[in-house]
Amino acid sequence: MENSLLQTKGRIFNIQRFSIHDGPGIRTIVFLKGCPLRCRWCCNPESQEWDIQIMTQGGTVKTVGKDVTVGEVLEEVEKDRVYYMRSGGGGMTLSGGECLWQADFSAALLQAAKEKGIGTAIETTGYAEMDVIRKLLPYVDTVLMDIKHTDGAKHKEFTTADNALILENARHIASEAKELIIRTPVVPTFNDSSIEIDGIARFAASLPKVKEMHILPYHKIGSDKYAGLGRGYTMSHIEAPSKEHMLMLKETVEKHGLICRIGG
Amino acid sequence: MKFYTEPIAKSPRIDKLKAALYEKMPQIEADRAVLITESYKKTEGEPMITRRAKAFCHILENLPIVIRDDELIVGSATKAPRGCQVFPEFSFEWLEAEFDTVETRVADPFYISEETKKTLSEVYKYWKGKTTSELATSYMSDEAKLAMEHNIFTPGNYFYNGVGHVTVDYPKVLAKGYRGIIDEVKAELAGLSQGDADYAKRSHFLRAVITSCEAVVKYARRYASLAKEMSKTCQCVYRRKELEDIADVCSNVPEYGAKSFREACQSFWFVQMLLQIESSGHSISPGRFDQYMYPYYKNDLDKGSITREDAQELMDCIWVKLNDLNKCRDSASAEGFAGYSLFQNLIAGGQDKYGRDATNDLSFMSVTATEHVFLPQPSFSVRVWNGSPHEFLIRAAELTRTGIGFPAYYNDEVIIPALQNRGLTLEEARDYNIIGCVEPQKAAKTDGWHDAAFFNMCRPLEMVFSNGMDNGVRISPETGDVEKMSTYEEFENAYRKQMEYFISLLVNADNAIDLAHAERCPLPYLSSMVDDCINKGKSVQEGGAVYNFTGPQGFGIANIADGIYAVKKLVFEEKKYTLGFFKEALAANFGKDMDSQMAAKLTQQVVKAIVESGKEITAEDIKTVYNTVRENKASDEQKQRYGQLLDDINSLQKFGNDEEEVDKFAREMAYTYTKPLETYKNPRGGSYQAGLYPVSANVPLGAQTGATPDGRLAYTPIADGVSPAAGRDVKGPTAAANSVSALDHYIASNGTLFNMKFHPSALEGRSGLESFVALIRGYFDKKGSHMQFNVVSRETLRDAQKNPEKYKSLVVRVAGYSALFTTLSKGLQEDIINRTEQQGF
Repeated sequence: MENSLLQTKGRIFNIQRFSIHDGPGIRTIVFLKGCPLRCRWCCNPESQEWDIQIMTQGGTVKTVGKDVTVGEVLEEVEKDRVYYMRSGGGGMTLSGGECLWQADFSAALLQAAKEKGIGTAIETTGYAEMDVIRKLLPYVDTVLMDIKHTDGAKHKEFTTADNALILENARHIASEAKELIIRTPVVPTFNDSSIEIDGIARFAASLPKVKEMHILPYHKIGSDKYAGLGRGYTMSHIEAPSKEHMLMLKETVEKHGLICRIGG
Repeated sequence: MKFYTEPIAKSPRIDKLKAALYEKMPQIEADRAVLITESYKKTEGEPMITRRAKAFCHILENLPIVIRDDELIVGSATKAPRGCQVFPEFSFEWLEAEFDTVETRVADPFYISEETKKTLSEVYKYWKGKTTSELATSYMSDEAKLAMEHNIFTPGNYFYNGVGHVTVDYPKVLAKGYRGIIDEVKAELAGLSQGDADYAKRSHFLRAVITSCEAVVKYARRYASLAKEMSKTCQCVYRRKELEDIADVCSNVPEYGAKSFREACQSFWFVQMLLQIESSGHSISPGRFDQYMYPYYKNDLDKGSITREDAQELMDCIWVKLNDLNKCRDSASAEGFAGYSLFQNLIAGGQDKYGRDATNDLSFMSVTATEHVFLPQPSFSVRVWNGSPHEFLIRAAELTRTGIGFPAYYNDEVIIPALQNRGLTLEEARDYNIIGCVEPQKAAKTDGWHDAAFFNMCRPLEMVFSNGMDNGVRISPETGDVEKMSTYEEFENAYRKQMEYFISLLVNADNAIDLAHAERCPLPYLSSMVDDCINKGKSVQEGGAVYNFTGPQGFGIANIADGIYAVKKLVFEEKKYTLGFFKEALAANFGKDMDSQMAAKLTQQVVKAIVESGKEITAEDIKTVYNTVRENKASDEQKQRYGQLLDDINSLQKFGNDEEEVDKFAREMAYTYTKPLETYKNPRGGSYQAGLYPVSANVPLGAQTGATPDGRLAYTPIADGVSPAAGRDVKGPTAAANSVSALDHYIASNGTLFNMKFHPSALEGRSGLESFVALIRGYFDKKGSHMQFNVVSRETLRDAQKNPEKYKSLVVRVAGYSALFTTLSKGLQEDIINRTEQQGF
């Protein structure tokens, strides 16, 4: 393997092993630091800033963020190879933060993993220039991409970014990626009505080759991290959607001929 | 092979049987004790093996028999359900001392009537000076006794009780019955020459076997007559037919070979139960039930004489009956084996002796029976190898998901070569089953003495720091003043020397007990079903088995590895602290207060001593004692320095996180126990082999162990089995599994035990089961030997809220995400707990 590939540097804030709900099989998730969006419900607020931060959690102060090389990350990912194989298609998932924010590092990490025979996936907002995304695509088995809303104004209000670029990229990724799965966080007061979910599902179904959509119920894990970072949490009054409501939304999605899963 | 994989519905009979079994607190019955004493009194002066056979015969002729309501499989050791008989020939003082407390004690209480107490007191007069435990004590060296008094190791199990821990030749009894075995023994007897040097010994043994087998045949006939009699007065036509069938079955088996699955089940049960009347040993393990019962099932199914539902019901009945047997242990042992457990290990799946997969319908039905009956017995296990059918493992995982804690999973790929390394042939090794907790062996050929002792690996390390002194008493040789040790090698060598010394004493104690069993309690009935007793003409206890092992368990690997690693790093590499300072900090428990439970316990002891000495004590005094015991007396400055050391220890690598350096170190440290041990021999002509598991002894024995250099505080539990120390594995299940697999599981051929905790949500849905099975397969690919799962309950989650430091690695699933439970907010934790409750926990 090329040395330059392994020496490529990036910034991560966590590596989580034995993840069984983010892509197929048993996976290791690499959480990258830095994100262009500021979604109000984000459960990893420490991922958003590029800068290395200090966060207080459960009384202990910890440093969030670490500069690493592809080789170092891969060494950790490699440790669970046997479990990826035994679970039939497990591997590494890049999450964040936003892996497109560090496209060169992500591309190198994905390429190195693929060359070692490890399956790959990315969880992404899709918010970047298509040329940037194309750096990664050849090395990704499954793209898990968020479509949060079809309405541009509402998207911008809750995430600080417009969705035009995202929707346009989705169409390109759908035709160029090996597999694209659309994911939608279901957030009350934002997009949890059946009309809104129906709109997203219609869009997803219109994308070439896309067969699957996941709807992820909003939850409050991570809400205490906002205080730990000295930030306010604006969603504390929001309750998680009920199971019944999620089942109803699942049916809405399925009407468009998509396979729908609740949760990842 | 194609299997029938669908779960079969549960017969309503099963819940009725279960309910009747658990109606009352189990009770102690005196019948056996009275009968054996009567017989022993009559046979004084005869050879011991003859006396044992005659006593067994006398017991089986006179022990009250009962057929409980709704039973299809009959044979009970006691009149009352879940009762227990008494075995004065092994030991009796402890029960006599506990007459007035056994009913109210915390762990495994038993009811005992005033009449039974009186009867037993009378019986006990005879046994003074005649028990195996008394003989064992006189055989033991003073040094070994001293080491036991100072809690280095405890061989309590076989010291007080029969040995058990065996799987007999069930298939032989099923195939030719005791008539066939008696014929075999008679032929052997006829072949002996009266002029042979060992004729007296051999012939008496063989005659004792015949007497025992005949006794069993007569015993079964008593059941046939009882069933016949009961059927005559039975008002219910269905039950009358059932009783008539029972009478038929018991007239044929176990005297003759079984003609049907039903007869095979009954024959199996007589063997299983009667072994536990002959001796009080536990872990009498049915072994590969799915293998030896299959031909009878298949034959009946092909003939159309049985349905799958019938077969399932019979199996479920056996599963219930396995819980009808019980055993009363002394209060200390009861804490170590809490839960009335008899460890009757039954295993399904795995390879046959030719190396082909042997999973069959009965393997699946064993899973279903465990699910139907949902009781602690049998200890249900599953064998796994690269050729195990995926559907079977998924079905087993479904059982795990219920939270029952079964099955335990075993790796053929490690256990088979490990047994070959102990001298078994490849075919024998492939046919292994598990005894008790985790101990592999070949059925019907092995006397493994698998549960020979618990050895606390942390205590010899304490002796390194104290240079062999414990509470002012010298209990082991001087290995040098730690303060003067200038190299790490000196320190490690001192530990090795302390280990080697105590291991030799452990062997001394075990061999003394072994000899006592051979001389005072040879077991002719058991010996009729273990090769090569008949050919060799001697009992299992005297070395009649083909393979003879002694397997004492070491535990505390994680503490020792982390602790010695900490010393190596902080004292000898980073030179941050001196060994003297370590010694001081350990003695001061790192400046921490004593655990409140432990302090309460010690206070109780002090108060008891004061009261017993006749002095008065006020509530205020008790409070003062408690505070004195609990509070650490170190100065603030000292506390600060000790605290700094503890922080430095805690920030080092710890076993259980897939860190190469410390994991390799743990492997080496485990050898300090496993390697010296395997050089020793036992009186039966076999060798020692180590196990690495503690049952539940890591908690009570931890309460006798001071602070250790891994940062473990005084009197807190020691790490269980080969698992990482509680709360120190923080990188999730795959990292912990990788660390544990870094140990040498082949050399610990008496078994290793790896516990993992999961929340039911992590096994949700088919994909949850798939990932779970993949985790097992992955760990086994890396050559781990055993794995069991604690799918945690609501109570555990509550405990995790209170003591998060103990549960740092507990994984829970939350709405599409998995997370470490202790890192979640209080509100979310509540949410998960409530949801768990909804799932029925």
